[in-house]
Amino acid sequence: MESVLGRYRNLIVLVGVLFIQVLGLAVQVRRSTDTDSSRLIRVWAVTAISPFEKTLVWVQTASGNLWHNYFYLRGVRAENRELKQEIEQMRIEQARMSQDADQARRLQALLAFKEQFISQTKAAQVIGSSGSEQSRSIYIDKGENDGIRPDMAVITADGVVGKILHVYRSTSLVLLISDQSSGVGAILEKSRLQGILRGMASGEIGMEKVMSDEHVPAGEVVLTSGGDRIFPKGLPLGRVTRVAPGSDLFLNIQVKPAANLSKLEEVLVVTKIDERQATPEQTGPVRAADILAERLPTVPPKPPDASAAVSPTAGQVPAAGAAPKPAQVKPKTVAPANGLAGSSPVASKPTTSSPAGDSVSEKPAADNAVVKATPKVEKPAEAPTQPPAQDPPQ
Amino acid sequence: MAITYTSGEQVEVYRFGIPATILIPLAAVFLQAWLPLRLHFFSIFDLPLLVTISFAMARRSQMAGLFTGALIGLFQDALTSQPIGLYGISKTVVGFGASSLGIKLDVENAGARLLLTLVFYVVHQVVYFTVARGMVGLQRGWTWQHELGSALANAFLGVILYALLDRLKQRT
Repeated sequence: MESVLGRYRNLIVLVGVLFIQVLGLAVQVRRSTDTDSSRLIRVWAVTAISPFEKTLVWVQTASGNLWHNYFYLRGVRAENRELKQEIEQMRIEQARMSQDADQARRLQALLAFKEQFISQTKAAQVIGSSGSEQSRSIYIDKGENDGIRPDMAVITADGVVGKILHVYRSTSLVLLISDQSSGVGAILEKSRLQGILRGMASGEIGMEKVMSDEHVPAGEVVLTSGGDRIFPKGLPLGRVTRVAPGSDLFLNIQVKPAANLSKLEEVLVVTKIDERQATPEQTGPVRAADILAERLPTVPPKPPDASAAVSPTAGQVPAAGAAPKPAQVKPKTVAPANGLAGSSPVASKPTTSSPAGDSVSEKPAADNAVVKATPKVEKPAEAPTQPPAQDPPQ
Repeated sequence: MAITYTSGEQVEVYRFGIPATILIPLAAVFLQAWLPLRLHFFSIFDLPLLVTISFAMARRSQMAGLFTGALIGLFQDALTSQPIGLYGISKTVVGFGASSLGIKLDVENAGARLLLTLVFYVVHQVVYFTVARGMVGLQRGWTWQHELGSALANAFLGVILYALLDRLKQRT
């Protein structure tokens, strides 16, 4: 017996080591969250590696900054000029968009629409990766001490990157959207078809659960649907690159991620999402007819003495006074029709608060109002000055 | 170029110093985690696997080979988002296999090393995918073309790496 054990000692140890690891795996699989069972090993490994990664990233960033900020300044003046021009253009664009946003908010409020707002983010630097093709994840230099928690969304200016999976004291593991175990609620921008975005073995990402009888054109933008309760709705995920019929009832949709997942340096962790009902600046429901009526020029109130002086004239000219009345009523009866036909652009203008916005986009709206109202409103002003109407009674 | 069969007495057995034994696997796992961020293509390489094979073949001890593989694999697992043990099991098998072959074959020449690394990479991936899909239920896609390409790339890098690590070997 001893000779057998001695002969197969190495093989027995091999089986024993494999058995222990299989047992460990089984424990982790059985528990839905493996954070408790394997956390200690992960903490040790991350603690051993992350200081080196942080140091290396710091050295790289510092040397890069030294070069770019002090030595390599060629063309900065021209670039600065171009950027200033770009800022001017973007300000104008922003003013226009803020008006559109205000309008959207009012309409959302009317529909009692709840939306999620990213109210707080934390910038983090990417310091490492899992280093495996089978596990697409990255490490960032922010952790528990910085208020990072599991399941927080991680984004860049271009789009969604992933979500926080494990949090350590000063680092966190981010599961990329290209990982095969990740899943993001997605919606196509134009067709509004919903599905799930998943990573594939090849490292690409695909949208699942879109029925094969739907038409999805290549190039369509994919956004977060907000259904997973992790990513706020409307964040860009990517763009459809290829659509093919799948083996089941669903389409195979290949998506190119909006964020460059292979070259991540800085990311934003969404640390706070507010879910609130959109509140317009105006309170209470507003009818399009009321808004349009407010915008129409009205006859200014006359001073008391002047009205006294004119009153006999006015009383004397029932025929002439009858003319302005329909002219005043006419715009009001027409107004709802106009307001309904083009309700959104007209209705949105009076409530804008941005001065820049007023100066940019109030103008066409005001022009519209003048074009529609002027011929009808000018009549009563002209009526009293018409000599033939006043002369006959004298 | 050919793999020659040698007797146990003919085979040289080496060892590595304690600093090298600790620092080389650490450096391999660190570089594996850091380099793909800067050089994206580097993720097809598996430096910890190459270090496991190198240590196992040089030491020519099955026990040392399997424990080296298990520890490096578990350390690598701890940095990923997947359950701990997938790389551990794969590298335990590879460590045991490489050291077993190291006892019987002369693996000092570049051709033999290239061929063995290629084979052990495929073995590693087969074990990994079997455990990942069969036991853990992970969705992992297997493409022969990709795996063979990766195996070849790792084999070539392995030959260079083994030559570098040979300088740290000490004859027992």
